[in-house]
Amino acid sequence: MTATLSLQQVSRSVALPDGTTLHILTGVDLEVAAGEHVAVVGRSGSGKSTLLNIVGLLDTPTTGRYLLDGRPVSGLSARRTARLRGETFGFVFQQFNLLPGRTATENVASPLLYASGREFLARKRTARAMLERVGLGGRLDTMPEKLSGGEQQRVALARSLVRRPRVLLADEPTGALDVDTGSAVMDVLEELVRVDGTTLVTITHDLSVAARADRQFRLDHGVLTEITRDALAAATAHRETV
Amino acid sequence: MGRWLLGPVAAVTEAWGEVRVHRTRVVLSLVGVFLAVFAMTTITAAGNMGRQMMLESSERSGGRAATLQVSAYPNGAVTADGADAAARVLRETAERHRVTWWGLVSQGSGQMTVRFPSGAQLVTFSAVDPSYGTMHRALTDQGRFFTAADGEAFSPRLVVNRAFADQLGGFDEQVPPTVVLGGDRPVTATLVGVMEVPYSDPSMPAAYVLNSAAQAWGLVDPSTSGPPSLELWVPDADAEALTAALQTEVQASLPGYSVSAYRTDFGQDLGVVDAILAYGVRGVGVFALVLGGIGVLNVGLVTVRQRIREIGVRRSFGATGGRVFFAVLLESVAATFVAGVAAVALSVLLVSNFPLEAVLPAGVVLQDVPPFPVSAAVEGLLAATAVGALAGIVPATMAVRAKVIDAIRY
Ligand SMILES: Nc1ncnc2c1ncn2[C@@H]1O[C@H](COP(=O)(O)OP(=O)(O)O)[C@@H](O)[C@H]1O
Ligand SMILES: [Mg+2]
Repeated sequence: MTATLSLQQVSRSVALPDGTTLHILTGVDLEVAAGEHVAVVGRSGSGKSTLLNIVGLLDTPTTGRYLLDGRPVSGLSARRTARLRGETFGFVFQQFNLLPGRTATENVASPLLYASGREFLARKRTARAMLERVGLGGRLDTMPEKLSGGEQQRVALARSLVRRPRVLLADEPTGALDVDTGSAVMDVLEELVRVDGTTLVTITHDLSVAARADRQFRLDHGVLTEITRDALAAATAHRETV
Repeated sequence: MGRWLLGPVAAVTEAWGEVRVHRTRVVLSLVGVFLAVFAMTTITAAGNMGRQMMLESSERSGGRAATLQVSAYPNGAVTADGADAAARVLRETAERHRVTWWGLVSQGSGQMTVRFPSGAQLVTFSAVDPSYGTMHRALTDQGRFFTAADGEAFSPRLVVNRAFADQLGGFDEQVPPTVVLGGDRPVTATLVGVMEVPYSDPSMPAAYVLNSAAQAWGLVDPSTSGPPSLELWVPDADAEALTAALQTEVQASLPGYSVSAYRTDFGQDLGVVDAILAYGVRGVGVFALVLGGIGVLNVGLVTVRQRIREIGVRRSFGATGGRVFFAVLLESVAATFVAGVAAVALSVLLVSNFPLEAVLPAGVVLQDVPPFPVSAAVEGLLAATAVGALAGIVPATMAVRAKVIDAIRY
């Protein structure tokens, strides 16, 4: 069976203004199967967001291959890439990134502006149903500014899943929330992806969040390594005792 | 619904959402465009009114476009028979050409004795047909101009100037004043209206009388007044050919007369006014719109920079470069279009409710208020939309160029 996501020897480097080259990712291999949950941990600046952006077709590898459902994505036109991104991925960001001035419903409906006919026409109804699912049925017409952090992230979560993406990419989804709120959001997130069978890639600082995934990876200075169960348990225990 | 239709619908929906959310900013950026379109349409409308006033005043003297005049004057001594013959030929010629509006006019050529309370006075008068009223936009200050029925009345009817009416102690429509006209057979005439008599000294009494009445009561002495002229009001396009035809035909019927046919209205002379309206107003309008456009562009640039993150988020939803470009551009276009519509609407409101009578100086009148210049309104709208499109291109390009990852990183 082909992996949903397959990164082979992916590297990403950028030319800095001073003429030197910054290697953000080097030789990354990553295979994620359909419906699998993986977590990536790593220090700030280790390249986690860059990796996630490459997976989500927002960025492109400098070298290496990226196969989506076994098909390389490097040859696609910008237009096809944008379509594929919208159809395949949902994004949750640390800073929620809700559109200001739009109600919760409008925010959740906004990805459907780029969807097909039936989805576009039913966008308001779909958005409301999605908000019900994240427990915000009572805040449909509230502006994001009026919502708490946890509520905002649940709106963002509803928005990321409104097109029923096959892959949800969450970049530090609990990073801006306190521990209890963060874990409540993660409960909702995991429940939704479990019901829909969505593949999930979560980037996190939080080892307890990482522990909820099927597999864990560590990104260190652009190098990705899988963490064994035992190592994770040890690390988690260590952190909890500290 | 097919993709080809859905794309634009979704794009417009998205752009409209943007305009709605950013309405304060949008409204601010549009003040310039709004004022430009408003000024353009209002000035054009006002100019059209001014043009119409000039036209109407010229029509009162020279007739409406196109008014032709044919006169036939005997080469030798003027006799009553000679004058009658000329009048008959002119009448027949007009009837033969099936012209709807025509009349015989002896403009200010007759003199008659009028027995005013202060004493008898010799008064200049003009003999006309009832059609003269329409052909010259006869505008009475009081009472009315002649109708066809006045020609069959049992006493002569008069339309007089203010100086004439004042001699009789003023004009009252309810109790029309009468006055005795002297001559061999004195007759009592009834005044039906008061109006200005062109080409005459307003301080001296002057009057209009119908041709039929002048004839019936022997008010005219053709041997002194000469034959009348024929006036015809014809379509502009026919004017030239008809003038030539009238000249030859009348001359052929009246050998021994000097015949001249020519156009008397000043309609053509309004070309300068039209040019000023067309190019002057448009020139100023374009300049104002360019300034307005710079305002829109400026605000567009500032907000695209503010909205880079939002654009990045939309990219993550799968927005293509085309959609991002279109959304920003359409926002600009939709906004300027709305500003244009609002400006035109306000202009229509202002122009149609303007208290013209209260503002115009005494004596200046506008009978037929020209319709609102639709072409100016449409032009203003198109120009506003074009300005929106032009001013939107730069921010739209910036929005497309923005790197998504830079937009969403923090
Ligand atoms: N386009 C870029 N230009 C320059 N430096 C970049 C660029 N993108 C990422 N970086 C740098 O690469 C490193 C990794 O960034 P990022 O992937 O955001 O890390 P993380 O999400 O793990 O904190 C950081 O040092 C960041 O400053
Ligand atoms: Mg990051």
